[in-house]
Amino acid sequence: MAQDIIIKITDRNGVQHEVQAPTDMNMNLMEVIRAFELAEEGTIGVCGGMAMCASCQCYVLNESEVPLPEKSPDEEAMLWEAYHVKENSRLGCQIHINQEIEGLEVQIAPEQ
Amino acid sequence: MIQTDILIIGAGPTGLFTVFEAGLLKLKCHLIDALPQPGGQLAELYPKKPIYDIPGYPEVLAGDLVTNLMEQIKQFQPGFTLGETAETIDKLEDGSFIVTTNKGTQHHAKAIAIAGGLGTFEPRKPLLKDVEFYEKEDRGIEYFVKDPELFRNKKIVISGGGDSALDWSIFLSDVASEVTLVHRRNEFRGALDSVEKVQELKNEGKIKLITPAEVVGFKGSERIESVDIEINGARMNIETDYFIPLFGLTPKLGAIANWGLEIEKNAIKVNNALDYQTNIEGIYAIGDVNTYPGKLKLILCGFHEATLMCQSVYNRLNPGKKYVLKYTTVSGVDGFDGTRKEAEKAVVKSIE
Repeated sequence: MAQDIIIKITDRNGVQHEVQAPTDMNMNLMEVIRAFELAEEGTIGVCGGMAMCASCQCYVLNESEVPLPEKSPDEEAMLWEAYHVKENSRLGCQIHINQEIEGLEVQIAPEQ
Repeated sequence: MIQTDILIIGAGPTGLFTVFEAGLLKLKCHLIDALPQPGGQLAELYPKKPIYDIPGYPEVLAGDLVTNLMEQIKQFQPGFTLGETAETIDKLEDGSFIVTTNKGTQHHAKAIAIAGGLGTFEPRKPLLKDVEFYEKEDRGIEYFVKDPELFRNKKIVISGGGDSALDWSIFLSDVASEVTLVHRRNEFRGALDSVEKVQELKNEGKIKLITPAEVVGFKGSERIESVDIEINGARMNIETDYFIPLFGLTPKLGAIANWGLEIEKNAIKVNNALDYQTNIEGIYAIGDVNTYPGKLKLILCGFHEATLMCQSVYNRLNPGKKYVLKYTTVSGVDGFDGTRKEAEKAVVKSIE
């Protein structure tokens, strides 16, 4: 059976949550945040995961420890236009939950 | 004042299909939408993307689904108030409603169907000083191109790197006297032919491209006279009549949130056991904007909700009248415009 992985997510109020994310449900980080209700519904995943809004923007806190996939051109283009973008910004909807990202630590960016 | 049976707030797929189901019951519909065109998210966010879970369509482009819905409902002659948002609602003694938009347009309806999806799409505004001043009363900042004539023979600066920035730059290069496109990056994200067209217009000198750059401020006492642009750490100032930032849209539930409706997780609670009515009699909520146990935000669920809601409105407006379900295949579709669609009659003829 596929193992759950641990992800540490800091919500918009600065509270850190340690969640067990399933790796066998074809989920992405945005969907995990919604499933655990760590951001108010309606303020995250607005476009449904098409990299067309930046409501699921997260800052990756341990980039050097966890190998994340390269940004797709769509994700990159969206991040050029989003607000509050930092060097370590990623769109949660573009980060697929799998064994490789065990231990990922992210902070949800402010609302757009 | 606009008179209608059902006032639909939101012209996305659910709102549009409501017109059809209401039409079968001889109920007239009028739609309000904040965007300048019908279709909601499908038209505004992803018109060129495919959808795979519309029953009967193995694959359909979002924009084509909107076109089809508009075709499907046209004989029921829906009215549209586009580019305006529903602001206030008043319930009259007879149980009907008056809804007034932000522009003051009044609508009198016997029932209200909120099909508002994620809410009103509001433009994402640049986080700059004085934006609030210049966005008012034709002082130079415009977030939509509602009437291209406004820009006839004017100098305009467009900001953004997506499809709408590209498409409007192309379109307005024929209307405005000068088009400048400013973007944070050298790369643009859009349909290939749009990117190529802008390249061509740039080569011809019809569009001035400033990249990687950002508009950082405005000048002008009564209205915009010029914008400050930062390019590679240096500043430049260019004269302009209009600044059009096209940074996409973000949905907000908006004024509806203050209508006294029960709201949970940014969605309107409805009675899903019966008719998708809200806590206020006569106001329904259908599609992505509502919530109930087991809710799924799918277009096909919105269609179903719209259908049941129309039945409830019919019963409410015609108390005691027995409604008999009729299949469109059997009874055809009689439009309010006098047209009739019906199945071709079979012939009884011997074959010799």
